[in-house]
Amino acid sequence: MKHDIVIIGGGPAGLAAAEAARESGAQDVLILEREPELGGILNQCIHSGFGLHTFKEELTGPEYAARFIEKAEQLEIPHWLSTTVVDLSRQGDSLFVTCVSRERGLQVVEAGAVVLAMGCRERPRGALNIPGTRPAGIFSAGTAQRLVNLEGYLPGREVVILGSGDIGLIMARRMTLEGAKVKCVAELMPYSGGLKRNIVQCLDDYGIPLKLSHTVIDIQGKERVTGVTIAQVDEHMKPIPGTEEQIPCDTLLLSVGLIPENELSKAVGVELSPVTNGPKVNESLETSIPGVFACGNVLHVHDLVDYVSEEAEQAGRHAAAFVAAGGREQAAEELPVKPEGAARYTVPVTISPQRMEDQVVIRFRVGRNIRKGVVKVYADDKLLYSRKRPVMAPGEMEQVVFQKAWLAGGETVIRVVAEEEEAQ
Amino acid sequence: MAVIELTCISCPLGCPLKVETDQAGQVVRVTGNTCKRGELYGKKEVTAPERMVASTVKVEGGSAPLVSVRTQGPIPKGKIWDCMADIRRAVVKAPVKLGDVVVENAGGTGVDVIATKTVD
Repeated sequence: MKHDIVIIGGGPAGLAAAEAARESGAQDVLILEREPELGGILNQCIHSGFGLHTFKEELTGPEYAARFIEKAEQLEIPHWLSTTVVDLSRQGDSLFVTCVSRERGLQVVEAGAVVLAMGCRERPRGALNIPGTRPAGIFSAGTAQRLVNLEGYLPGREVVILGSGDIGLIMARRMTLEGAKVKCVAELMPYSGGLKRNIVQCLDDYGIPLKLSHTVIDIQGKERVTGVTIAQVDEHMKPIPGTEEQIPCDTLLLSVGLIPENELSKAVGVELSPVTNGPKVNESLETSIPGVFACGNVLHVHDLVDYVSEEAEQAGRHAAAFVAAGGREQAAEELPVKPEGAARYTVPVTISPQRMEDQVVIRFRVGRNIRKGVVKVYADDKLLYSRKRPVMAPGEMEQVVFQKAWLAGGETVIRVVAEEEEAQ
Repeated sequence: MAVIELTCISCPLGCPLKVETDQAGQVVRVTGNTCKRGELYGKKEVTAPERMVASTVKVEGGSAPLVSVRTQGPIPKGKIWDCMADIRRAVVKAPVKLGDVVVENAGGTGVDVIATKTVD
């Protein structure tokens, strides 16, 4: 069985990629989705705030997803649900997607191009080295979100949340509204990784304390969590003796980071970035394997779904062009894109002046909070772009729309610099 | 006269706002915003704060045990708990269509609560 474009994942990234590919002329697009319905993580994100950029209105996750699902149905894009992709491989120039489902059993689908849209997963307790016992009552914030919003269970009554990522903040409010008492949110860093409006609307509104530079140093309880001990940490993130505070609770939620889910990418040999844990991609969002594209949270973790959709549309369009052209257009040069100053990474990591469209969106994150900042783009030492940013924060993705017209030829590197204004 | 510091929540930028009020509590000036919505938010948040409320409602005989819901528009911040009390009491019979009114006049706010998903 062969399909022109196989999209792995039917969440916001996969849907937008599939629709853009179809609208760019690709006739034969197939979406593979692990869950019994399309929409991905949006289905459990029942709070509002989605789609402000795309639709100019404030939608909830399920409503945002519904717009894309409806469009996929209009375009009659085939999708296999409850279907898990277990392997992605390459033989010569051909790509093979191996998937399993109850309905179809084991299938190997040959693909002209593949779009990776698998999203991300939460960092688990095991990655944190929190000492203490191993009782019931420790959940990742996203698991708690699924239990409360999709399955109708409240996973606890007295809650401490470790990590102030957006899901943790959203769940602090959600558990409170459902009758639980959220005692505090402890954040290891001196700042929150979540969006400011979530801190205002999910914590401040309900009087939930946010304890910055604090972490959980012990978990108590045999069968069920009975309490946790938190402590303040110093600048090296080591707990400060004497600052310990024991908090009785029955539940600990972890919101301590998201990791792009790249097992399949690794299986086919896609080169990954050690900073984003996602594939290294060129200006067409194509990975190191020709014909394999990536978008959304599998590429790098986003904070706004609007940008996921936008990025995924590009990936879908480029996948369609790849299939139509019968392969990747050879480029004479690929300029590396380098993050500098507070910029931690860039997506893409290379731009080909020949292959790029008139514009390429360069997305990046900063590694620290910056007030009165500036973002500059250079080609070698020539300044191409400079714009002030009043505030930049690690929790909020930044972007620059790179113009083809900025390039005169002969450049060797594109540098993306984020720094304080005074630094110049 | 007072200066109230707020974080704007109109969009993810989260601009730091300063809202100056006079003796009567009337807003004199909003600074720190980068768009018109920030100014409106600053004024509103100091005089009559509003919030959207999102939750779930039990579904009987549906393909899923719950349907996600939200207030059709923002409600007064002080009415969140009244609104939640109505939402928690509500039960609907499948099928529920996206946009269907699930609770009328939630918490006496005059704002309806609507389904944000279709459950057959």
